[in-house]
Amino acid sequence: MSEMDDTFKDNVLEVENLNVEFSTYGGVVQAVRGVNFSVGRGETLAIVGESGCGKSVTVQSIMGLLPTPPGKITAGEARLRGNNILNLPAKEANKFRGVEIGMIFQDPMTSLNPTMTIGDQISETLMVHRHLSYSDASAKAVALLEKTRIPEAKKRAAQYPFEFSGGMLQRAMIAQSLACNPSVLIADEPTTALDVTIQAQILELMSELQKTEDMSIILITHDLAVVAKMADRVAVMYAGQIVEMGTVDEIFYESAHPYTMGLKEAMPSNRKDRAKKLTPIEGSPPDLFSPPAGCGYFARCPHAMALCETKQSEEFILTSSSSHFSKCWLQHPEAPKTDGLFQVGDDHAG
Amino acid sequence: MLVRTEGLKKYFKVGRDQMLHAVDGISLGIEQNEILGLVGESGSGKSTFGKTLIGLHPRTGGKAYYEEQELPAKFSAADHLAYSKNLQMIFQDPYSSLNPRMTVLDIVGEGLHIQGQHTKSQIKEEVATWLAQVGLNADHMSRYPHEFSGGQRQRIGIARAMIIKPKFVVCDEPISALDVSVQAQVINLLDDLKNSLGLTLLFIAHDLSMVRYVSDRMAVMYLGTVVECGPSDEVFFNPQHPYTKLLIESNPEPDPKAERARQHASIKGEITSPINMGPGCRFADRCPSATARCSVENPKTKHISDQHSVTCNLFD
Repeated sequence: MSEMDDTFKDNVLEVENLNVEFSTYGGVVQAVRGVNFSVGRGETLAIVGESGCGKSVTVQSIMGLLPTPPGKITAGEARLRGNNILNLPAKEANKFRGVEIGMIFQDPMTSLNPTMTIGDQISETLMVHRHLSYSDASAKAVALLEKTRIPEAKKRAAQYPFEFSGGMLQRAMIAQSLACNPSVLIADEPTTALDVTIQAQILELMSELQKTEDMSIILITHDLAVVAKMADRVAVMYAGQIVEMGTVDEIFYESAHPYTMGLKEAMPSNRKDRAKKLTPIEGSPPDLFSPPAGCGYFARCPHAMALCETKQSEEFILTSSSSHFSKCWLQHPEAPKTDGLFQVGDDHAG
Repeated sequence: MLVRTEGLKKYFKVGRDQMLHAVDGISLGIEQNEILGLVGESGSGKSTFGKTLIGLHPRTGGKAYYEEQELPAKFSAADHLAYSKNLQMIFQDPYSSLNPRMTVLDIVGEGLHIQGQHTKSQIKEEVATWLAQVGLNADHMSRYPHEFSGGQRQRIGIARAMIIKPKFVVCDEPISALDVSVQAQVINLLDDLKNSLGLTLLFIAHDLSMVRYVSDRMAVMYLGTVVECGPSDEVFFNPQHPYTKLLIESNPEPDPKAERARQHASIKGEITSPINMGPGCRFADRCPSATARCSVENPKTKHISDQHSVTCNLFD
């Protein structure tokens, strides 16, 4: 693991104590409650969690895409190479978004403009940010489509989104996001709407481009299989907070938060010796109108203790390189031992 | 066999002289109390097969049987009434498949209401029982669909299908709109209902791991045809058809070490549209093992073991 730590030492993006609220008729929803993470150069950080856990809101805040109102960043900082990028006016934000940070979305069909050709949508990015002429930008757009391996790129550039399949649209969107050579690519559920065969193609394309373009990727997903395939590090989010973070191996083989364990056990394994029953996580996430005083997972946690209801856990660090932490009281030195859960003091399998 | 098809076909007319061969000659049988999983990419005709099987689409050709009794090619209103007692469907999208202007009581109780053999209070009682059975609060029956989460709506859809105690249910991607933790809840619920009611299910999904986990047998569809069918574990761990092999290789698993060791052999190209299909194997243009013969000759279905069949020219 030490090799990995060195590689990712210089952080491209750092997020510190991010808090986001939404004002609604029903009250104020605390969607993101103190999120910290950083992304190293060339690294893939996966943010996993269920719908409503705040993973998309987190990246929307970073990108300045949060609808304000009702959304509001109440605290925190996000630094791109040391410069704060939160709460900037649109004019300032446009200097980095789409330029230094590219983004692709879950549903390519609704994320692209249906009345513009694919080529024009990509050229627009180049004309706005790089001040290219229309003809230069169009030529570059075709080159970008070729880079994402869209066959007959020239012909395809003149077509409209409805003429593309879902997989091809996702490629086009990747081409657009790469237009200004971003150092960070944010991918919000990029393959959720796609078939496994097309998902495999898109994920392989992303890993390849990551190497050739020297990009960092923040991958938002709920699919642990995609995480296993793509991620270097993983942040597990629940109820607006990161409850566990570590390298991909630490998260999968040394899970140290009951929620991470729960997610793993709810999925069918591809092993031959299948246990006959899946173990669902009973109940549902807490109401973030009035977030619980203690741990957000308290009500669903099979190992919950009295303390968990009233007091939020600190982040217990599990490794000497401090790459792995779990926000769970079970990691406290005086906590009882729990079967299957990796705890402070356990041996690392390696 | 509780349900069986013989060369079932469903074509859709798309513009002048153009026929979309959504389902093109499928012969499958499902035994009593069995779960048959149906996998394939979007556009392979999985949902159309399920809907045509239970009469939601009139079929273009072939035959469908329920309890060895032939189902009408085009269901009349009376047929729907008669068969819907036993043939039901759980729809994919829990958002668009529930009428937003009806309460949960109306939605779930509608089947019983249409059958006309229950009084209002009996219906209410049944609805309450079923809401409890699918893990919803019976007090919620006066609420509207928008007041529920995706997982809860999917349960409403399940209660609606199950309340009339059908024998056969087509589950069209019942879990793909749900979160992982909720997927397991719905799968376990279906499994419990299968055991307690002796249900037979056609389980349509694109999540291979889940289908393999849930079903007894698994059929793989490509462009309107079944290319491979057999016991789930056999198809999953010992796939024979080149398409099944690629499909399973594309399926990532939640295990980083296994993923790093995986040979990357993603399938080339995309599924085409089955409009005015010519002869030959439909997978020929994407198939790594295709020969000249494959683009002219329709492959036949061969049995490679008692229960495991493959439709591919490589197996002659």
